[in-house]
Amino acid sequence: MTEPLLRLSGLTKAYPGVVANDDVSFDIQAGEVHALLGENGAGKSTLVKMIYGLVAPDRGFMQMHGEAFSPKEPREARTAGVAMVFQHFSLFEALSVAENVALGMETPPPMRQLSERIRDVSNSYGLPLDPSRTVGDLSAGERQRVEIIRCLLQDPRLLIMDEPTSVLTPQEVEILFETLRKLTSEGVAILYISHKLEEIRRLCDQATILRHGRKVGTCVPSETSARDMAEMMVGNSFATPARADHRAGDVILELRNLSVPATSTFGISLKDINLSLRVGEILGIGGVAGNGQDELLAALSGEVRSARDAILLQDKPIGKTDPTARRAMGLLAAPEERLGHAAAPDMSLTENALLTGLTRQNLHWHGVLKWSAARNFAESIIVKFDVRTPSANVAARALSGGNLQKFVIGREIMQRPSVFVVNQPTWGVDAAAAAAIRQALLDLASNGAAVLCISQDLDELLEISDRFAALNEGRLSDIKPASALTVEEIGLMMGGAHGMEVAHDPA
Amino acid sequence: MDLSSINPTLLLASLIVASTPILLAALGELVVERAGVLNLGVEGMMITGAICGFAIAVNTGSPFVGFIAAALGGAALALLFAILTQLALANQVASGLALTLFGLGLSALLGQGYQGIKPPPTANIKIPVLSDLPVLGPVLFSHDLMVYLALALVATVWFVLNRTRAGLILRAVGENHGAAHALGYKVIRIRILAILFGGACAGLGGAYLSLVRVPQWTEGMTAGSGWIALALVVFASWKAGRVLLGAWLFGGISVLQLNLQAAGVAIPVEYLSMSPYLITILVLVIMSADKSRAPASLGRTFHASD
Amino acid sequence: MIQLEKRPQPSRLWTFLTPMLAVVITMIVGGALFAALGKNPVEAIRTIFWDPLFGEFAFYYRPQLLVKAAPLILIAIGLSLGFKAGIWNIGAEGQYIMGALAGAGVGLAFYPLEAAYIFPLMVIAGALGGWAWGMIPGLLKTRFGTNEILVSLMLVYVAEQLLAKMALGLLRNPDGRGFPGSRNLQQYPSAHNAEIIAGTGIHWGVVAALIAVIFAYILFTRHLLGYQIRLAGQAPKAARFAGVNPARLTLVCLGLSGALAGLAGMFEVSGPAGQINIDFNVGYGFTAIIVAFLGRLHPVGILLAGLLLALTFIGGENAESNLGLPAAAIQMFQGMLLFFLLAVDVLTNFRLRWKTAEVV
Repeated sequence: MTEPLLRLSGLTKAYPGVVANDDVSFDIQAGEVHALLGENGAGKSTLVKMIYGLVAPDRGFMQMHGEAFSPKEPREARTAGVAMVFQHFSLFEALSVAENVALGMETPPPMRQLSERIRDVSNSYGLPLDPSRTVGDLSAGERQRVEIIRCLLQDPRLLIMDEPTSVLTPQEVEILFETLRKLTSEGVAILYISHKLEEIRRLCDQATILRHGRKVGTCVPSETSARDMAEMMVGNSFATPARADHRAGDVILELRNLSVPATSTFGISLKDINLSLRVGEILGIGGVAGNGQDELLAALSGEVRSARDAILLQDKPIGKTDPTARRAMGLLAAPEERLGHAAAPDMSLTENALLTGLTRQNLHWHGVLKWSAARNFAESIIVKFDVRTPSANVAARALSGGNLQKFVIGREIMQRPSVFVVNQPTWGVDAAAAAAIRQALLDLASNGAAVLCISQDLDELLEISDRFAALNEGRLSDIKPASALTVEEIGLMMGGAHGMEVAHDPA
Repeated sequence: MDLSSINPTLLLASLIVASTPILLAALGELVVERAGVLNLGVEGMMITGAICGFAIAVNTGSPFVGFIAAALGGAALALLFAILTQLALANQVASGLALTLFGLGLSALLGQGYQGIKPPPTANIKIPVLSDLPVLGPVLFSHDLMVYLALALVATVWFVLNRTRAGLILRAVGENHGAAHALGYKVIRIRILAILFGGACAGLGGAYLSLVRVPQWTEGMTAGSGWIALALVVFASWKAGRVLLGAWLFGGISVLQLNLQAAGVAIPVEYLSMSPYLITILVLVIMSADKSRAPASLGRTFHASD
Repeated sequence: MIQLEKRPQPSRLWTFLTPMLAVVITMIVGGALFAALGKNPVEAIRTIFWDPLFGEFAFYYRPQLLVKAAPLILIAIGLSLGFKAGIWNIGAEGQYIMGALAGAGVGLAFYPLEAAYIFPLMVIAGALGGWAWGMIPGLLKTRFGTNEILVSLMLVYVAEQLLAKMALGLLRNPDGRGFPGSRNLQQYPSAHNAEIIAGTGIHWGVVAALIAVIFAYILFTRHLLGYQIRLAGQAPKAARFAGVNPARLTLVCLGLSGALAGLAGMFEVSGPAGQINIDFNVGYGFTAIIVAFLGRLHPVGILLAGLLLALTFIGGENAESNLGLPAAAIQMFQGMLLFFLLAVDVLTNFRLRWKTAEVV
């Protein structure tokens, strides 16, 4: 074997109470796409932060081309040829594309020259970008292009990509893969972090699998089944959600030309959304991040009001009704952001149970709070949804993502909604908790509620929904039965390639 | 009442003088806010600068040394704010209020024995030819060095923020401190430097009050100038050039109402005296229609939780 | 190297300990400051903190303590409502003045009529005056999104000018031989906020402050509105999701804190101060900000913090006359207290860890 581009040897990093990485070693070769696989919390991001100089390892060392490599800050890592595309973009919305790119470079050329280079490089890699545009106005896919271009302009030897396809349509994923293949043919190594196994099987040459901070295996993805990789990732098998047979009933929620203007500078407006949701069904709504998902949830929960007749719940217009009254009528919701939106981080679980349970669970008497009843409600959620916590007195922020999500979803389901709207029900949640949550949604529907599930995880939507639609720039596509859809169709519903093009050779 | 006693040329000239303290303080606060920090302690830093500058100028006989001391005094107080908010991660609103209350007390204490003294005069610069121009000469070209320094500072702040890499990094920190940290920029260090700069500017503004504008030391002499400077930053939509416009507007109002008082207009003195504050409120209301230009991380605490 | 590590939840122990720690540090640093001013630090601290309570003239100072603490507590309770919700009313000084003007104005309008209903009417007028002044930033914030911090503060200066205008104009004592200031309400029995029990310092303002403490305690522990206030302060998005109407909450908090500050002003002008005059306001509205924070925005904490800061006022005057300690030193002392409190507060939410430099 030739000398590896980057060698990781015995990397260990502990945080109080948790060992994020425990004696992790592997090599990355020049020109290969190396997958780093693992569940949420398996230690992928800590490992990557060590390579990028954001975190220093407690033990172990790294070598680049056989020489010691220990970046103390990202600047050093960048100088050594390491570039990184972050999952949650490290972009500045109010600044222009060129300014954003300049911030990620060590010695950027003057702005005019830089803009020129951005145009050249972005075109040759099939990722066209206008350097003068403000990043806040770009779509999620375009923002990722900014990050990638920022990396490419530094002639990286190792490109780290953290969940790059989570913000792309299937068509855009294809184009990204072409770009990555072009890069590897030029000798660049790519460390590719994902939990999407089929993608990894198609793209990656090598895979390293982490679980609970330890390396538990390696494989050649193209020769390994997705199931085998999943088992290595998760460690044990768990029940895949099972759906009882059910038949959709009467329409319970109807949206008629729902339009809501954007509430913030870089927000998305909802445009003429029409749909009807039936009792007993799960309607899945897909789409790339930032295409109106949060806005749709807010319009349904009542946080943002719309025209009175734009939303009908059991034929009653509720467009101007406030969240509390909507809850009383049986329309419950669970937003994407757990800490700070669905739950107050510093408040106890009891207080958080009160947050949406106030009216339906009868937790107050003319404004006087019934704390013991609220506590009982919180404890029943904890028991029923297997929330791992010492007690209901613990602050919400002390819970792990999966446990808090189970609490948040459980809080709504326990209130027997007739319509339940949920955004990203399993985002950032470990596989076991995700399976439990999906099962709970299926059970809810088969017990006679209607579920509107907004998610960016296509596999999840295809697994649980009866019908499927996608949001694209605030518009909703046609709604189609989920069982008959192909990946191409879904991609087109999500907006296709959004103006991306396949990488061309600068012939 | 005798409106003819108001001389427009003198009025404009004193407008420039009246606007200089709030211009300096607001420019400093602008930089601080562009870095994502809300320092409500401008009033406290200004008055500390006012007494530091006054005391040192009186003792050394040199206004120049006084101004340097004022900048240092303002920056020293700002350092306390920086420690509180950047290192001890205290709430910025509460810390800013603490800074103002503390600064008012500190300045009153330091100012014991300086009441009723005249400071050494700050010389006006005479520019050949230009100073002798009619109207323009007295309005624009016969002021002291600090007036020109303040104007130069407007241009410098604009240039640094919009045309240099340092300015780009500062703005990036103010827009999204998480992303700036992920790219390897030292968020806290940059913010502390910005806060110190803001403190120095506020200190200079305060000293300009006690050494040139009034010129005298009295307790609580800033009388809300620091808060008006904060309002100016909002008025200016966080843009350096507009701070200058705003400072002239407020300078103009305060000079005009003083002139009207002196001219014995039929409006009671108290109503004239409250006019700058009422107009500040009015301007804030008009400007608050547009919130988009505020730096996105403004007022939020940053803690690199690895 | 010290590193901060976020606690999974705020430490209860430190929530109680930090205010005391801040007081101790302030005394030490304050003592050093007094020493630097050439005063004996131990004597100065004793004069300020011990003598008013247990010294020779304690019989005189103890009632004074209640008189000074009542407005501080009343205002700070109101401020704590807003501060908990993230609504920053820092113009209580102005609302205090307006309450006094409205209350005294109503009282003086009846002069020289003696009737039992006059004082209750003055109480209502005082609350309304403060409420109205507090509603201005509230309405501007909810209607136009204007920053309430700057508006409420600007209104302090406006109120001070109005106070001067009234003291020299409309409310000036016609029998005052041209001196500024209104009639003395202490000499107008129907409008006088007299001591309820002679010699104790307990006037109606003290009673109102105690009622406010109890009211706030019940509000925050038992009532939906208190829960909504806390929720809006800690997680505004979650509050909106829960169905809290932020505009309504802003108006309620600013209106209530204004009304309480107005009441404080009214009780002060009709009792201890006696008359509307140019120098009527002495900064209670600003000191109450310190009281609110030092009391951790908790009603009982505010009660204790109010008494402590009242003690620094009385002790400070004492030290001024006995030791020649400048009045400004006490003002600075109070500012320092808030400073140190904010600094040590980090211990409530973070753990300090000593870390040896990382060897890479």
